[in-house]
Amino acid sequence: MSTAALQSLVNQPYKHGFVTAIESDVAPRGLSEDMIRMISHKKQEPDWLLQFRLDAYRHWLTLAPPQWANVRHAPIDFQDISYYSAPKARPKLASMDEVDPELRRTFERLGVPMHEQAALAGVAVDVIFDSVSVTTTYKARLAEAGVIFCSFSEAVREHPELVRQYLGTVVPPADNFYAALNSAVFTDGSFCFIPRGVRCPMELSTYFRINTQESGQFERTLIVAESDAYVSYLEGCTAPRFDTNQLHAAVVELVALDRAEIKYSTVQNWYAGDENGIGGIFNFVTKRGLCWGTDSKISWTQVETGSAITWKYPSCVLLGERSVGEFYSVALTNHHQQADTGTKMIHLGRDTRSTIISKGISAGVSSNTYRGQVKVGPRAQGARNYSQCDSMLIGADCSASTFPYIDVQNASARVEHEASTSRIGEEQLFYFASRGVGAEEAISMIINGFCRDVFTQLPMEFAVEATKLLGLKLEGSVG
Amino acid sequence: MSAGEVLLEVRGLHASVAGVEILKGLDLRLCAGEVHAIMGPNGSGKSTLSKVLAGHPSYTVSAGEVAFRGIDLLALEPEERARQGLFLGFQYPVEIPGVSNASFLRLAYNTVQAGRGGEELDPLEFDDFVRGRMQLLEMDPGFLDRDVNEGFSGGEKKRNEILQMALLDPLVAILDEADSGLDIDALRIVSKGISALRAQHNAVLLVTHYQRLLDHVVPDFVHVMSEGRIIRTGPRELALELESRGYDWLTGAAAA
Ligand SMILES: Nc1ncnc2c1ncn2[C@@H]1O[C@H](COP(=O)(O)OP(=O)(O)OP(=O)(O)O)[C@@H](O)[C@H]1O
Ligand SMILES: [Mg+2]
Repeated sequence: MSTAALQSLVNQPYKHGFVTAIESDVAPRGLSEDMIRMISHKKQEPDWLLQFRLDAYRHWLTLAPPQWANVRHAPIDFQDISYYSAPKARPKLASMDEVDPELRRTFERLGVPMHEQAALAGVAVDVIFDSVSVTTTYKARLAEAGVIFCSFSEAVREHPELVRQYLGTVVPPADNFYAALNSAVFTDGSFCFIPRGVRCPMELSTYFRINTQESGQFERTLIVAESDAYVSYLEGCTAPRFDTNQLHAAVVELVALDRAEIKYSTVQNWYAGDENGIGGIFNFVTKRGLCWGTDSKISWTQVETGSAITWKYPSCVLLGERSVGEFYSVALTNHHQQADTGTKMIHLGRDTRSTIISKGISAGVSSNTYRGQVKVGPRAQGARNYSQCDSMLIGADCSASTFPYIDVQNASARVEHEASTSRIGEEQLFYFASRGVGAEEAISMIINGFCRDVFTQLPMEFAVEATKLLGLKLEGSVG
Repeated sequence: MSAGEVLLEVRGLHASVAGVEILKGLDLRLCAGEVHAIMGPNGSGKSTLSKVLAGHPSYTVSAGEVAFRGIDLLALEPEERARQGLFLGFQYPVEIPGVSNASFLRLAYNTVQAGRGGEELDPLEFDDFVRGRMQLLEMDPGFLDRDVNEGFSGGEKKRNEILQMALLDPLVAILDEADSGLDIDALRIVSKGISALRAQHNAVLLVTHYQRLLDHVVPDFVHVMSEGRIIRTGPRELALELESRGYDWLTGAAAA
């Protein structure tokens, strides 16, 4: 690609928001075997990985986008997306100070004081910027503990045997349309490996950023906790505003061996489009954890506030005896946002347990759907599930739906499901007002009460952030 | 504020809801140290008046003015009215699921305190304070841990309103049927709560259908409301007369 062509691509004017002027290396639009070979080549990948991608791609060609979700959007033209974009020069940086000042300004405008935050909070931050890791901090401390935490590309280079052993074991490339697409074209993501018996010495945090207009983002995350290992992983996202819908189809795979525990927390705040539903991210994610070992545990906690469309079901496959799966979720939709989210708990082993707490908040003219599946296989003697799905409606024009699917093939299993719907209306807000409390504060109090069971699962500083975020997202939505 | 000073003055108030005019030229004046009762048939506009004064967004004022401590009340947001010392005890208090009564009461208290430059209380201090007030109202402290009004019985909701009034210590308290649905003991307790608030510097407006509340909280004036206006004002004896004669003799007179 010529420099001039690149420049004109990068320098397209943006109607809304901002984009950093860092030189990007953007591939032309369209998807083909050649494009996949190009990506794999650019990333200097081993043959087996190229083969993995090509197999996924060939399978993807036979699939159609799923139609069952309760979301509506114009068909996506997968040939109109650029599948690769990376900062041109790949700096290897020892500290944040060496990061391009332009890039740092972007972070500041996003309100992510990550330099200080990372240092003060003792959090290792693996910054993903336009699909390529720019910098990684706190590596030494993690290395000392034997924890591997790095970008996916680096893992492919440095620990190919581990990546090869686990990649695609939880979410096979053929799993679904978007997982197949991701497997074919993923550019980067995070890799995390906690060896046997190690408790990861700090919370791991990754901030994902999407920056280049219309470059689809296909993150790939793989976390493996060996026997008796523990890790708490935090993922947070904010995207700059821009005008056209942008596809995001990540795959996250978690593997927990005997007595291992993985806590995966997400605060997701991607651009949701404006008040009229123009623009915003399409977020079609496949997240799944495999409780492979006995007494292993995987917890998903998510606070979903962004994206124009969210399609996301962090799930647990409970294979090991007495393994535990948990799903705690707050999904907020406002304006024209659509979310179809929930979880799957697949009980395969004996005495496996799962808990689902889902809180859906809808405002504006948004639609918020909970879709959850609890499946108990024939050998899951004594399996137990408890699900609670609560919806809160703010104003009169939004909607909430709940679709619980329960499939029990073992008579000794116990599955409980509770659901409720409440509405915050003018009368509640007037009640607060008549006691001196304004609408914003009233909503924030109601929402915090409503979300308490989920927020208590988040690491402290995340809980505070999440509370603020929900308030911000609902600003001006009532009264 | 001294006794006799005008706290609330309503002049020629017209207000409508959903395009229907409910208040049709209402006048009312409350002075410091006074208790007023408003009585009147169902649908005459008593709750409407209460909500218009408190600033409910569904109601539009088309004419008239309201001065509260000399300032234009109608220009203030509802929360600002509360911070300035206006209190409305609701006829039908709403339930607020997910919010504990304790945190709601503390937020309300601290917000109103901040509005008047008073001291705010942390959760522990507030807990002591609110328990003291609850004791006076013979309320079980267990109500602190429950969600605001959720699952409260009719009488319990009313007591919770009086508790809020006692905490916020307003200058003008409008109590919309504070007595309806109360058993005999609860009526006595609620009356005690209102009497405890009563002072030389504030005023109380009681909306009620029955004489029995007024036996406990003796009003200085009784107003009769009909079709959106005050059609008769008299001393406490007027309430007794209404109890025995009903409203026909007055509303008939108004129509004539
Ligand atoms: N949203 C509304 N739409 C139409 N009419 C309304 C609305 N709200 C109130 N009204 C009408 O306004 C009139 C006055 O109602 P209001 O509640 O003020 O009466 P009230 O004097 O308090 O009666 P009660 O003694 O039964 O409590 C009633 O006729 C009522 O039906
Ligand atoms: Mg009424």
